[in-house]
Amino acid sequence: MKVVYEAPKINTGVPTTYCGGCGHGIINRLIAEIIDEMELKEKAVLLWPIGCSCVNVNTMDIDQLCCLHGRGPASGTGMKRANPDNLVIVYQGDGDMVSEGMAEIMHAAIRGEKFTVIFVNNAIYGMTGAQMAPTTLLGQNASTAPGGRLVVNSGYPVKMAEILAELPGTVYSERVTVNTPANIIKAKKAIKKAFELQMKGEGMTFVEVLSMCPTGWSMSPVKACEWVDSTMTEIFPLGVVKDETEGLKQQEEAAK
Amino acid sequence: MSKEAVFMQGNQAMAEAAIRGGCKMFFGYPITPSSEVPEYYAQVMVERPEENIVYIQAETECSAFNMIAGAAAAGHRAMTATAGPGFSLGQEAMSYMSAAGLPGVVVQIMRPGPADGEILPAQGDYFQITRGGGHGDYYTLALAPWSIQELVEIMQESFVLAEKYNNPVVVVSDAMLAKLRESVVLPDYTDNEAAPEEKHNTLTGAKGRKRHLITTCGFGAVQWNQFNNDLQKKYAEIAANEKRYESYFMDEDPDIVVVAFGAYSRVCLSGVKMAREAGLKVGMIRPISLWPFPDNAFEGLDGKQFLVCELNAGQMVQDVKLSVKNKDDVHFFGMLGGIVPTPKEICAEIQKVEVK
Repeated sequence: MKVVYEAPKINTGVPTTYCGGCGHGIINRLIAEIIDEMELKEKAVLLWPIGCSCVNVNTMDIDQLCCLHGRGPASGTGMKRANPDNLVIVYQGDGDMVSEGMAEIMHAAIRGEKFTVIFVNNAIYGMTGAQMAPTTLLGQNASTAPGGRLVVNSGYPVKMAEILAELPGTVYSERVTVNTPANIIKAKKAIKKAFELQMKGEGMTFVEVLSMCPTGWSMSPVKACEWVDSTMTEIFPLGVVKDETEGLKQQEEAAK
Repeated sequence: MSKEAVFMQGNQAMAEAAIRGGCKMFFGYPITPSSEVPEYYAQVMVERPEENIVYIQAETECSAFNMIAGAAAAGHRAMTATAGPGFSLGQEAMSYMSAAGLPGVVVQIMRPGPADGEILPAQGDYFQITRGGGHGDYYTLALAPWSIQELVEIMQESFVLAEKYNNPVVVVSDAMLAKLRESVVLPDYTDNEAAPEEKHNTLTGAKGRKRHLITTCGFGAVQWNQFNNDLQKKYAEIAANEKRYESYFMDEDPDIVVVAFGAYSRVCLSGVKMAREAGLKVGMIRPISLWPFPDNAFEGLDGKQFLVCELNAGQMVQDVKLSVKNKDDVHFFGMLGGIVPTPKEICAEIQKVEVK
């Protein structure tokens, strides 16, 4: 019998603690599938943030470091600079990266740190209970923005994929989502490309993943998937924001 | 390597000792009086490529300390040097490294606080250094040398201790020791390599072994209680093994015992000698490990008068009181703001102590 679908090899079988309809599980699975496909288990180190994802460290059979809130890009800097041959994956949420750790991610990108950042943007604080994130949309309800986010209090949602693309240290920046099977395939392609670029020793590779948080958004899982398309992508458009791969290819050609 | 003494600044000699001790990774943020340390590393990176130095000027001390955590988790020796305000920013990571069992080394070059304060010698960060300056129940091994010779030796040993106990170590310097220039015999290169990939807290990719996981997130009260009890066992082991001090004239049954640490204790020892010349029976105890505090140095000294001299408002004096029975006989002489008393002034303070 032909196997058409199975759990990734580095999956330990430990169930996740994610809520029904959450995007994290899909993104975790994509990372695991790609590490399998690229045969990088022996080189991979995954740096977790503080947030819903950090209690799922037992789901993957690879080396992992659970970092302090927001400090993943700093610890990733120390780790990647110490062992440049490793695949260092810095996994961050919106509160972790854009609030607590804005300095760390900006300066890691400014220095062109050669690791991959997977930025899970669900526009809300999941773990602590639906508080407002820096990426919460204007008017979006949050427990700390009852009635919706107001510009006068909180300014505007932050577009990380675009901000980091402005920095020369970032070689690749793309925004994807995991709300439909087609989008999941695109997300996998983006993450795989980021890993490939990292293993070639290029600069920072950044993939922002718009992710569903039905619990935090007070929506059904199906409605949450629809909301990504109908509302979230208006502020956070999908697609490649920056790709210097072509330039790199030209450099390689010139070197030959 | 030649064993001849060189004339060198404290900060620079310390940086050279660290490099020779196998610490090739330095992450720092410039702050007076520590800045010669990052400058030294940056210069060696450029001028001695064979050393394979990784030097990064971090955006904040907060980041620098977390970079150390990452490098230590990758199995490499890494350090930073900072002063009070930067050390405060690093406390989150000190708490983290202590819980995560990561062997980072931090040099705290004290200057007078609170807040921005001054850039002169001080010892006001004693509490922060010895009580676990961040959140939670933890301690960091803290060693306070009094000379550049002792500083370079402790600098190298601190990495060995950090790796032995899987705990951060603080090397306690101050603006006096940092900027002082004196003769020092630099220690040789040590032949250590990166931590073996099999070591439980080395994250290099799971090659032919089980995965390594470092997390400081609790999984419920029962698990976290056990995690904390294990941490306390580590601190108990450090406390049992690493109490260090030196005594001066203590075998001559002195009436008065001066207690002082760091570069300032050299000034204090001069004051003690002056008092002895004036006919007073005085000795001195110099704690080298600030945590664990060498309470064993005070065994059998009940009934003596103690004069604790510090460049702060009275911090180590509390540890001395915890170490002796006759707490009312523990006196304090402090100086704030960056003023360092002269031996004569210390001698005058010793003379004020009433011998019962």
